[in-house]
Amino acid sequence: MAKREYSFYPGCSSQKGASSSNYLVSVQTMCDELDIQLNEIPDWNCCAASVGYAGGGELPRLALSARNMALSEQHNPGQQMVATCAACWLATRETQERLHEDQGLLAEANQALAEGGLKLKNETPIKHMCEVLVEDVGYDAIQSKVKKPLEGIKIAGYVGCQTNRPFGISGESYENPKYLDKLVETLGGDSLPGYEKKVQCCGGALAFSEPEKSQEMIKGIIEAAYDHGADMIVTPCPVCQMNVEVYQDQINATYGTKFKMPVVYYSTLMSVAFGRSAKEAALEGQVIPAKKLEALAK
Amino acid sequence: MSEINQSMVERYRNSFLKEVEANVEEGEWVKMCMQCGVCSGSCPLGTFWDHPPQEIFMMIRAGKRDAVLESDSMWMCTSCYNCIVRCPRGLPITHIMHGLAHYAKRLGIAPKNQPTAKFGQLFWDNLMKKGRVNELKLGLSLYFMNGFSEGVKTSLKMKDIGLGMLKTKRMNPMEILGGHAVKDAAGLQKIIKKAQELEDARIAQHGAK
Repeated sequence: MAKREYSFYPGCSSQKGASSSNYLVSVQTMCDELDIQLNEIPDWNCCAASVGYAGGGELPRLALSARNMALSEQHNPGQQMVATCAACWLATRETQERLHEDQGLLAEANQALAEGGLKLKNETPIKHMCEVLVEDVGYDAIQSKVKKPLEGIKIAGYVGCQTNRPFGISGESYENPKYLDKLVETLGGDSLPGYEKKVQCCGGALAFSEPEKSQEMIKGIIEAAYDHGADMIVTPCPVCQMNVEVYQDQINATYGTKFKMPVVYYSTLMSVAFGRSAKEAALEGQVIPAKKLEALAK
Repeated sequence: MSEINQSMVERYRNSFLKEVEANVEEGEWVKMCMQCGVCSGSCPLGTFWDHPPQEIFMMIRAGKRDAVLESDSMWMCTSCYNCIVRCPRGLPITHIMHGLAHYAKRLGIAPKNQPTAKFGQLFWDNLMKKGRVNELKLGLSLYFMNGFSEGVKTSLKMKDIGLGMLKTKRMNPMEILGGHAVKDAAGLQKIIKKAQELEDARIAQHGAK
């Protein structure tokens, strides 16, 4: 396989000691197996995520992503930009579109960037890692790397919101995207195509500010996975992963449920299926251990 | 009443719709709404909104300025983007909701104790300091955003979640001492300051008589 290179935007939550540092570890393992080289954008900054609008107006928020894109153009020229975090990807792509449609805004963004000695051409394609897997690498190439099929493991594919809307993965529908299920099957696991909460909102950032309302939605996401006999949930989004995994004890206390459902990243599944160690798959990052994957990774 | 709010009221006395079109992010789309209600039905927290998006759009056209801008409805947007992809007219509804919320905040008339408005501001202030979010400080500032005694209560309630994150190395107590940062924080702040100035100038111009 020829080596693929991308300009990589890892995002705040992926940093060491941050909430999705385990995602980054497993992504690096997965990319290593698939001959993907990730060239980190030097000195990247936060994208302002979803709730940044409260403090930041349109142009300041666009300027944040514009800085990342300008740094990518400057340091990793000719490389497509890839993000692993749903919010990072969304904010960057939104910025690209907005600045593409409104040349006045692009001019203003460049006026702002000039203060930091930067300039944006706005020509670099922005991809989510799942697009890289599905569109660039492809299921066949992924399958050829599987050494330990996830046999007999039932996995609910929870796509969530921001990896799916408003952009989504090419060729997939907003209401019933199938790539996560296809990926599970490719890795030899049992997908649960009838899992009806696959695009249900988990509350996103409002899990912090509106915990009761969000946890009620999260409860539905986990309950449906149990209804389908799932051993675990898989997701491509750091916010989904954290929200659905870490509040289960609080939900149990509120609703009298007995949830203990592991929630893993697709990259963790892939790292295990590719025969890599528990550490390389970042299984130690699970607050609720994914025991079936641990057993396989030994 | 803040000066900018006063000048907007005077300038757009007869048309809140025109005010929204000129000053709210993606506000020029509001008039395209055909009142089908798909957005309201698709909103995950819609049942908690005083006025779901469809209603907000009609209220804007009906000139219900205070009722819209002082509402905490838009602040309950989870940014799930269901409304955007389902809107038969393709209105960027999520962005309009964010835009209305931000505009209300800019005018100083957003609801005072709205938790997401407060958290969102904390988030922005947090990322502006070093160019990257410091999750530990953000979490603590969230727990203590309603004062010390409530902060202690919330912290105790969240203790087990914190321990879980600590054990799995997804939280680092040392972040309190500084934490991750962009190297060129000064350059980044200059860029954002300039962007802020450009945007303020545009909006001040709209407010001018």
